[in-house]
Amino acid sequence: MNELLKQLTEAVGVSGEEKEVRLLIRDLIRDYVDDWWVDTMGNLLAIKKGAGVLNWRVMVDAHIDEVGLMVTEIDSNGTLKFDPVGTIDDRTLLGKVVQVGPKKLTGVIGARPIHLLKSNQRHSVVKAEDMRIDIGAKNKEAAGRQVKIGDRAAFVTEYEEIGYTAVGKAFDNRAGCAALVELLRGEPYPFDLCAAFTVQEEVGLRGARVASYALRPDVALVLECTPAYDLPNERDVSPNVALGRGPSIYVMDSQTIQDPRLVAHITRTAASHNIPYQIRQPGGGGTNTGAIQRAQAGLPAATIAVPGRYAHTPTIMINLDDYANVVKLAGVVLRELTPEILMRNA
Amino acid sequence: MNIYELLKTLTETPGPSGLENQIAAAIQTAWQPLVDSLSVDRVGSLVAIKRGRPANPDTRRSLLLAAHEDEIALMVKKIVSFPDEEGGNGFLRVSSVGGVDIRHLYGQTAVVHGRRDLVGVIGSLPAFMLPEERQDKAYGYDDLLVDVGLPAAELRQLVQVGDYVSFRQPLRKLLNNRVTGKALDNRASVAAVTVCLEQLQGRQHQWDVVAVATAQEETALLGAFTSAHAQRPDAAIAIDVTFAKGPGTSNDSTFELDDGPVVDLGPNVHPGMYKALMDAAEALEMKVNTSTHARHSGTDAYGLQIAHEGIPTGLVSIPLRYMHTMVETVTTADVERAGRLLAEVVVRLDDKFLEKLAAGLMAKDEG
Repeated sequence: MNELLKQLTEAVGVSGEEKEVRLLIRDLIRDYVDDWWVDTMGNLLAIKKGAGVLNWRVMVDAHIDEVGLMVTEIDSNGTLKFDPVGTIDDRTLLGKVVQVGPKKLTGVIGARPIHLLKSNQRHSVVKAEDMRIDIGAKNKEAAGRQVKIGDRAAFVTEYEEIGYTAVGKAFDNRAGCAALVELLRGEPYPFDLCAAFTVQEEVGLRGARVASYALRPDVALVLECTPAYDLPNERDVSPNVALGRGPSIYVMDSQTIQDPRLVAHITRTAASHNIPYQIRQPGGGGTNTGAIQRAQAGLPAATIAVPGRYAHTPTIMINLDDYANVVKLAGVVLRELTPEILMRNA
Repeated sequence: MNIYELLKTLTETPGPSGLENQIAAAIQTAWQPLVDSLSVDRVGSLVAIKRGRPANPDTRRSLLLAAHEDEIALMVKKIVSFPDEEGGNGFLRVSSVGGVDIRHLYGQTAVVHGRRDLVGVIGSLPAFMLPEERQDKAYGYDDLLVDVGLPAAELRQLVQVGDYVSFRQPLRKLLNNRVTGKALDNRASVAAVTVCLEQLQGRQHQWDVVAVATAQEETALLGAFTSAHAQRPDAAIAIDVTFAKGPGTSNDSTFELDDGPVVDLGPNVHPGMYKALMDAAEALEMKVNTSTHARHSGTDAYGLQIAHEGIPTGLVSIPLRYMHTMVETVTTADVERAGRLLAEVVVRLDDKFLEKLAAGLMAKDEG
């Protein structure tokens, strides 16, 4: 059982309210870094001093927030109206158990039972605005004593390992967080490593933007968990990325063309170390690279990701070899960084 | 008795319709100390008998209490390899067993009962990757698949078409003694029968009680038809769940949680059995509500009533939110009340009861 992934995915950190994850990671890394601090948005930033070989600051980013819900209103019957925080398809919400607010009250999201629906309603999508979280309170006043407007709710999933995979909530992006923790626990790098555990990625890449401003890195690497659509498909048989085929390298997404010099360095390094990798099909989505690249006068940045099926659900699935290979690949990519890589003719 | 702990064991034990061996064993453990004999019948129902002490030993009567033990589930329909026909990852396509609310399946975990039990995730491609005509609908069985994280070749060694897939959800506490989980339909009623049997330990009763955890209710009411035939009781009561008021549910024909058990009236119910239940509630000063069904109660009462030359049948229900999902919700207080109500009915049965039932059908002043 991978305890690091278990701890990190079971911790709760819905965008804008990431404290529990921030505290957990602070405890996980404090003995391995030379300095750490928390900025005004809640980003946890840390410096691991380098061996002095290369006079660079290299930022490694992993966002710590996860998608979830926010309580917006309490109904007279004591149930809670909510808005999704981040992108959650309405189809994901019915029948789910959530933990609400700092007390982590258990709640469930139900709906009118199918027995009481007309047959044409049984396959229609219930909109999030028509769902409620049920914590068992009998009325508005009773619920109001337990929950406040603005409280976040997160999915409840106990981490487990099945087949060759791990299943849990929030692998997007605690898989990236875990990889960054592992990188910080390694030997010093040739340069100063600036770790950025960033907030609010799921609501607009907001934490990474200020973190990259504060850290002023020469280069940035983003560690992520990217949605894998490697399921039987009637429209297009080629999956964007597939579980078990190695770290997923971004080239282009809806936000960014990843720095081609860094992408070339990553794929060359993977090949020379016999680490499997796959190029993520260009397409939608985006990572903190989109924010970091636009910071300062422009920062070279690229993304390495663990492929994860069933993104933004309570049951994301990753392949444990892919995760281990992301840690391994990110490690050698960092250790073999040289200024020549960034030369325009390189 | 700790009803929460009992419900936790009962709901977390798998019992898809037709594969009730595990749940029957779990119920057997709960009932064993409370009854005189116990057996599993030929369709998989658990039959327990608690002997009464009749006033007249020549007229031994029995009341059958039927609470179905099975639960809705899924069944493996096809094993698919992807991305490659051979050598890809393995995925299971499934069909429903009973009236599954398919809108709740995506993002759940489940247990595939193959050569060994495998935990799987119920997933789908995101809607934007589905054929256009399916993008605006709830995920259907053409979209959903069960993913146990194994390559197809390994999966095929462990799972075959026809294997059951049961839902998986720990029972959890909400506020106000409310509990949420899977299969509370109908383990809440099994727990109520357990409460009844426990209540009867310290009380005199003349009639035998035949407690049956019926098999395959969700698909065919099978255990009700067959156990009523085999046991030939003099009267029967089905115990099941009914719709509780809750989010998204209109106020018609639904019942508040924690407002007591619901006693049903309609063609599947003998009016005298309804009266016996209401009289017992009155004796206990217990608040109960009345529900009605106009045609088919949708419960074991439908099967019990027409065994042999007909069996006077009653129906007690426990209000439950979000029926046929993995977040079914009841309050343990209603479970306990239903159990006490059943026990009260049992102790009030005497050797005149059947005559009164028969007479009631012809009495002009009976409602």
